[in-house]
Amino acid sequence: MSGTPARRTPRTKDAFQALARAQLPRLLALARRLTRDEAEDLVQEALLRGYLAYPELEADQAGGRWLQVILVNVYRDRERKRARSAEELPVADADNFSLYRTIVEEDPFPYSDTVHLDFLHSFTKEDVRQVLLRLPEIYRMPLVLCHMEGFATKEVARLCQAPLGTVLARLHRGRKAFEREMWTYAEEMGLLKEHRRTP
Amino acid sequence: MTEPREPLIPCDQAVRQLWAYVEASVPPVDHAKITEHLAICQRCCGELEFVKHLRGLLAAQTTDEVPPELIRQLNQFVEEL
Ligand SMILES: [Zn+2]
Repeated sequence: MSGTPARRTPRTKDAFQALARAQLPRLLALARRLTRDEAEDLVQEALLRGYLAYPELEADQAGGRWLQVILVNVYRDRERKRARSAEELPVADADNFSLYRTIVEEDPFPYSDTVHLDFLHSFTKEDVRQVLLRLPEIYRMPLVLCHMEGFATKEVARLCQAPLGTVLARLHRGRKAFEREMWTYAEEMGLLKEHRRTP
Repeated sequence: MTEPREPLIPCDQAVRQLWAYVEASVPPVDHAKITEHLAICQRCCGELEFVKHLRGLLAAQTTDEVPPELIRQLNQFVEEL
């Protein structure tokens, strides 16, 4: 953003509606990665909160990120209210899985020279989302924010209201859990069958 | 004249840090050890490539799978604010 002067159009209802409309696909995509059943509801609450807080938005260019942060806060507050006990995976269990090695050992596409890429390419975007939704919530949120939405780990720590070290550990375990769930999902959904690949 | 060298780190230790290595967020000492390991370990180089592809897969999840019906409903919601 450096070099771009901060624009600040009047904080009218029309301006907020324009911002919201432009950001809807992105907000909904984020919400659908965080929650299975409440994405629409989550976006609506975020938009309401955003509308009320709209006069506080500093620069127009920050509007998209600002709405994303509001949505993440809404989500975090809801999860907290449910007092869902955050389950940490046993360390050894989470740390020692390697998807790369599992693919080598199981060799799902024996006639291929690019077996690892074939494996990844067998996942549609919807498959990836389903894998994410299988992860425990405490791992899913850092993973989605860091690796899909491009938030810095420090920002994620602030949003999760957790120390940076904790977030880094959860990110690490989250990635491992994601790898393992990818394999399980591929087995369950039959993604490993040769005929599913494009000829 | 060779300096006494520390032994190479084992594969598990290298692999554990590969994501952070790709993001250049491991401490310089560890970064050097991993680089040294990668120079002689083909399997971990394979892991490294895979980590890069996996990161790419996550980062490439755009919004085009969002159901249009939901977008329509939310647009309606925005109009009625
Ligand atoms: Zn190695």
